[in-house]
Amino acid sequence: MVAPHGGKLVERLDFDEKKREEAYEMPRKTIGIDEARDAANIAHGVFSPLEGYMCREDLEHVLEHGRLANDLPWTIPIIMDVSKEEIKDIIEGDELALFYGEMPIAIMNVEEIYPYDKKVYAESVFGTLSAEHPGVSNIMAKKEHLIGGRITLLNDPPTDFQRYKLWPKETRVLFKERGWKSVVGFQTRNAPHAGHEYVQKTALTFVDGLFVNPLIGRKKSGDFKDEVIISAYEALFKHYYPKDTAVLAILETEMRYAGPKEAIFHAIIRKNFGCTHFIVGRDHAGVGKFYGPYDAQEIFYEYPDLGITPLFFRSFFYCKKCGGVVNEKICPHGTEHHINFSGTKIRAMLASGNKPPPIMMRPEVADAILEYEEPFVG
Amino acid sequence: MSDGKKKYTTVSIPTPLFRKIEKIIEGTGFTSVSSYVTYVLRELIAEHEGEEEPFTKEDEERIKEKLRALGYLD
Repeated sequence: MVAPHGGKLVERLDFDEKKREEAYEMPRKTIGIDEARDAANIAHGVFSPLEGYMCREDLEHVLEHGRLANDLPWTIPIIMDVSKEEIKDIIEGDELALFYGEMPIAIMNVEEIYPYDKKVYAESVFGTLSAEHPGVSNIMAKKEHLIGGRITLLNDPPTDFQRYKLWPKETRVLFKERGWKSVVGFQTRNAPHAGHEYVQKTALTFVDGLFVNPLIGRKKSGDFKDEVIISAYEALFKHYYPKDTAVLAILETEMRYAGPKEAIFHAIIRKNFGCTHFIVGRDHAGVGKFYGPYDAQEIFYEYPDLGITPLFFRSFFYCKKCGGVVNEKICPHGTEHHINFSGTKIRAMLASGNKPPPIMMRPEVADAILEYEEPFVG
Repeated sequence: MSDGKKKYTTVSIPTPLFRKIEKIIEGTGFTSVSSYVTYVLRELIAEHEGEEEPFTKEDEERIKEKLRALGYLD
């Protein structure tokens, strides 16, 4: 099976009750659910080789070179921001307890507290300083300092999707048990339409298994709600996917909308889950018109040492003459015969309570979505 | 950037090889022999990332039990 990124799957867990009790005696920092999920992602190896929140050297290398200080590919900083107030009694070398509400999530060994330049961060990760970019506005709203250091997880944060929650160690055992030597990972933040199914099944034709891994977490207004994505995929899997070649499990982390940089990050995560291949479609992890349609594919040529093979897909559409879903490489017919899978159009149909035509979305999938009164993030 | 930390170092290669690489990278996206050599070396080094360390028998059994409970394994 493919080695985890950096060669070793990180595991930093201590679920001992005594350790949890110790956390109540430590200086405390309150974190939100997204941060709690990322703490769990670090500790369960989703973000291997990271063992904690980035210190300055790693952050600067990531921003300047798209690599960790040890030269391993890495494009999205994993950071913990802190206010002056929060760190007034903390010095490097201290232990800090990270609490989600009243639940101790992790203990951090504080290795470094340092300032950072948000503009440098935004330019490097998002390629823009525009406040209209959700990632930029998010980083600009963060506190002025960062705190770096290894963490130890004390509790898994709560999830609404326990049924689909798997960690890399678990998917690796699962793939092995299924006898899959090659596995293609599919990242999504959407309910599936016919184009997604086409891409997934085309990729699956060439490998042993398909790992559909929807991203659950903070998203922008207008995106599908998490529970809707899961219901839609449940319907698709039930009616159209063979049980022994496809797996559905979630990834809980926020969307960064960093386009190409996030595509590399998403690929690394799936490598840690045990995938050998990763699907990169049009405008992967993009938002608005901030990135070119295939920027997220181009960036992979800068990373010959990524350790996971990207599978690039161009635009796909339904061709009335071909009578099926095709792409520009395999369809000779003019655009007048094509029906595009416009996410905006499909969402508009669903928002008005209408089922998209079956050539665009499976009826069972549309039914699953339409069971929700408000399927989109407000 | 942190002070006192060199980000690059020098490696010697035979001059004829250097000249060949200069020719190879003409008209490509590589801006220098150094960037080409770095690319090729990274590609080679990635092959040595190694095999995953096996999990313990207890770990595997515990995980299989969870996977069966969730319906991922029969």
